Amino acid sequence: MDIEMMYQENILDHYKSPHNFGKVENATVHHHEKNPLCGDELDMFLIVEDKKIVDIKVYPTGCAISVASASMLSDEIKGKGIDEVKNMTKEQLLEMLGIPISPVRLKCALLSLDTLKNSILIFERYMGK
Amino acid sequence: MLSAQTKSLDVEQIRKDFPILQRKVHGKPLVYFDNAATSQKPKQVIDALDFYYKNYNSNVHRSIHQLGEEATAAYEKAREKIAEFINAQYEEVIFTKNSTEGLNLLAYSLTSGLKQGDEIVISQLEHHSNFVPWQQMAKHLDLKLKFIEVNKNAELDEESIKKNITKKTKIVSVNHISNAVGTINPVEDIAKIAHENGALMVVDGSQAAPHMPLDMKKINSDFYVFTGHKMLGPTGVGVVYGKKELLEGMRPFLYGGEMINEVRFDDTTFNKLPWKFEAGTPNIAEGIGLGVAVDYLAKVGMQNIFNRDKELLGYAMEKIKEIDGITIYGPKERASILSFNVKGVHAHDVSQILDSEGVAIRAGHHCCMPLMSVLGISATARASFYLYNTEQEVDTFINAIHKVKKVFGV
Repeated sequence: MDIEMMYQENILDHYKSPHNFGKVENATVHHHEKNPLCGDELDMFLIVEDKKIVDIKVYPTGCAISVASASMLSDEIKGKGIDEVKNMTKEQLLEMLGIPISPVRLKCALLSLDTLKNSILIFERYMGK
Repeated sequence: MLSAQTKSLDVEQIRKDFPILQRKVHGKPLVYFDNAATSQKPKQVIDALDFYYKNYNSNVHRSIHQLGEEATAAYEKAREKIAEFINAQYEEVIFTKNSTEGLNLLAYSLTSGLKQGDEIVISQLEHHSNFVPWQQMAKHLDLKLKFIEVNKNAELDEESIKKNITKKTKIVSVNHISNAVGTINPVEDIAKIAHENGALMVVDGSQAAPHMPLDMKKINSDFYVFTGHKMLGPTGVGVVYGKKELLEGMRPFLYGGEMINEVRFDDTTFNKLPWKFEAGTPNIAEGIGLGVAVDYLAKVGMQNIFNRDKELLGYAMEKIKEIDGITIYGPKERASILSFNVKGVHAHDVSQILDSEGVAIRAGHHCCMPLMSVLGISATARASFYLYNTEQEVDTFINAIHKVKKVFGV
């Protein structure tokens, strides 16, 4: 694998300055996930109105892949409906990242998607009805 | 060796014994600096496994035929060599699967007579394998688990040792060398304090057995645990050393074949030491292989290996300190483990980029999550060296760290 392919400029830009970065007090859903094995962590804050994600904040800590993934995913889903994003697949996420991901780094890349899916589950169970 | 060599070992000669060092990774020569995870194996060990399976594979101890005799003799000969290697008696060397199994054996067997409120002392510096078994037994039996604290250099705090080990302490279990940061712990002194308080002393020697001369009589712990695969041996074989008189009084850990003397419908008598603790068909080839690994290490000389480790680590420390933005964890005086972080880059990314240069290190919490929380970090990058590593490889490693910084623009 060409290492410059993996750590290409846009990945490093997202890592250094993640989009939608921060925490909010009044989120509809706030969910925290981590990969204890790597120490990657992600706090995701969704503000949902009429089943639409009107705003999102992410607070990731960890490796470049996990942070960039959270940042890019936040751009991707902002302004979209819950139903539109809840079935997002692993393949779609990897395509969005656009870099080769080796099997051992897959869990870094997928932390953001897991956090989103669990946030939506919480939303649907407690608030979406 | 009386040649004019500057190194304490003939590293070039040693490297010829390790076939894997010839391979390339991503088109670059392999630089293997993940020795604290597992060491590479010399051809002598690899050949011993091969020879066993091709020539005398059979079960040990009960097969009355030529192959069985040969396998038993070789397996027990390996035990004898290991006993000599650590200055112990033959019956005091119990084969296990690895250090984890050894520590579980002790955690189960030694706690069986304890009562509610009895105390076990471990440290903040332990690998999960010397942590979780004691923690879970303590929960199960309502025992109290206490922790010797570390200072900011990840050394065991002397005051904390004295404060935690008291007359209530029944078992003390600490590592000899920290796998995460390379601290060499004063286990002889701690054993003395444990004994003064009437407690048993267990040492997790997983990182020490590969790197320093061991003398069980001198350390005087009651138990000492290590694993074969970190000391040039195969995976699947480890050792619990225990003082004979203590082992004799202990409950077996695993029950079944091999560990019995006589089985009746109403009761069973157990086999003699060391087999009382070795239920089931053991890892025969691996045990024999560990014997060969120990021969290899003894021939090179453990003191020579210790000195060489120091030399190479010193070189690596000097070089890495010249790079800006590097944090090094652990004490000044340490075993050949270099745990560090590059400012602004997660350890996993460091490891990934080093790999692209053929350099294999470890990144993560090193199975020491409690220690990482004390140090206030989630992960480190860890380079760990062994007898076949060279200064030239360290240079490659240092250049690769510069590449990390270049890729990340830090």
